[in-house]
Amino acid sequence: MSAARRALPLIALAALAVLPALAGKFYVELVAKIMIMAVFAMSLDLLVGVTGLVSLGHAAFFGLASYVPVLAAPDKYSATSLWTSLPLAVAASALLALAIGSLALRTRGVYFIMVTLAFSQMVYFVFHDTKIAGGSDGTYLYVKPVASIGSWTPLDLGNATHFYYAMLALLVLTFAVLRLLLASRFGHALRGIRSNEQRMRALGFNTYAYKLAAFTIAGAIAGLAGYFAAVQFGFVNPEMVSWHQSANVLLMVILGGLGNLFGAIVGAFALVLAQDFFSSLTKHWLVLMGGFVILVVMLLPGGLVGVERAWLHWRRRRG
Amino acid sequence: MAETMLAASDLTRRFGGLTAVDRVSIGLERDAIHALIGPNGAGKSTLINLLAGELQPSAGSISFRGEPVPAGRPERMAHLGIGRTFQRSNVFPEFTSFENCRLAAQARTPRPWAVFEPALKCRQCNEAAERSLATVGLDARRGVLASALSHGERRALEIAMCLAADPCVLLLDEPLAGMGTEESQRVLQLLRELRRERAILLVEHDMDAVFAVADVITVMADGAVLASGPPDAVRGDSAVRQAYLGEAL
Repeated sequence: MSAARRALPLIALAALAVLPALAGKFYVELVAKIMIMAVFAMSLDLLVGVTGLVSLGHAAFFGLASYVPVLAAPDKYSATSLWTSLPLAVAASALLALAIGSLALRTRGVYFIMVTLAFSQMVYFVFHDTKIAGGSDGTYLYVKPVASIGSWTPLDLGNATHFYYAMLALLVLTFAVLRLLLASRFGHALRGIRSNEQRMRALGFNTYAYKLAAFTIAGAIAGLAGYFAAVQFGFVNPEMVSWHQSANVLLMVILGGLGNLFGAIVGAFALVLAQDFFSSLTKHWLVLMGGFVILVVMLLPGGLVGVERAWLHWRRRRG
Repeated sequence: MAETMLAASDLTRRFGGLTAVDRVSIGLERDAIHALIGPNGAGKSTLINLLAGELQPSAGSISFRGEPVPAGRPERMAHLGIGRTFQRSNVFPEFTSFENCRLAAQARTPRPWAVFEPALKCRQCNEAAERSLATVGLDARRGVLASALSHGERRALEIAMCLAADPCVLLLDEPLAGMGTEESQRVLQLLRELRRERAILLVEHDMDAVFAVADVITVMADGAVLASGPPDAVRGDSAVRQAYLGEAL
């Protein structure tokens, strides 16, 4: 069982790698979208699952970065370069996270949830109530950013297959970097903060600085996801920054299982696919969706990735 | 005379109308075990929390090796080498004994935030954790989750975590509470060994233990210092007898 379990991620990765050869364009685009959401969810897992910081404002960083490919272009018919607009987007999200985090992290628990929500709503209303990029209607991203080196363009972001593999690479890279981070002394300190922050301070850790660093890193990665979400959808609107978006990604992390990154990825797939499936059945699909989420949370305390442990536990109890 | 490591002067802490610690001055000297005794509610734990930076004093000051230190910053105190244990076991329940100690040791490494360098490969942390677990006799339980340890073992883990950070001042809040006789004897022997080069403040209810190891005893009652001095002087003090020790001595 455990060998099979270890092989599972590799099998999943292999399946993702061959998918464009087997599936149609619809599924290639759908899975690319899910992989973007998985990167977004992993960034939130760093806060919620690892550090114990429940943020309900994570869409602020996702949404801000999604506006960058539009705002960085000189006019709406010329493309930005991926090499300049992507770093710009990530840096903008990281800076915003640093600013919001430095204030929000002075609070704890339910107050932290409320303060992150309030800040993200402020960002939302900046895009909603001003004329920036189409105001409440949003705007189209007419031309996708160009990824060229000299005259050579290795990656065409407008091509669904190219984009798909770029997102697969982004997913694997983000996962690998975050895994390294979790295994480091920094990562262990974050887990210590989740477990017992008072004790961490008594041991000599400046927990505020650690939390702010985690918050900023998570914001930057959320920005990475937001940027590519805008590039894929081809338009941006204030919905990208809304609290629905924050709640959606939080739901992914909880559904999949907290604190191990796998859960965030599984949760992103499960939530988007479940939405897709239920909405094809009935127009009252939100009721089914709600039931599904409640069932998972009740039956699988460790999320979807904890299904094996929950099953073993259940079998043991039955004798 | 040995150097005074940690000193408080006129330290006061009020909670609303209650003065839990009332103008207490105390000095912890190197190479000495300083016992702090007094009835429940005398302010002993509050004093430890003030000295450890856990609480902000209402008045008074704290100095380390003669230099004033900012109050209310536990992580700063820990960096100066002031280690503490808590009255009620305060560990990382979902970590193993070993991981608890390793995290404690990590706090004193030059770069406790090191990213992209596996924590498991921090040799300094591993060795300190190994050593401190062996010192308190928990090495056989290194892989057990702290939440699965017995009460006495968790008390021992508290001490091990404190030692893993290699402190020069130890603030121990009832380390023996809930320990068996054998474990207590082991800890008392350990304290005698740790006394070298360190200053130890020991809050303890077990009078036999206190008089067996203490070099100095301070008695507190109602937040204030009632008496302070060598064990024999304190034992003979009539105010102390009346207020606290009763017929026990």
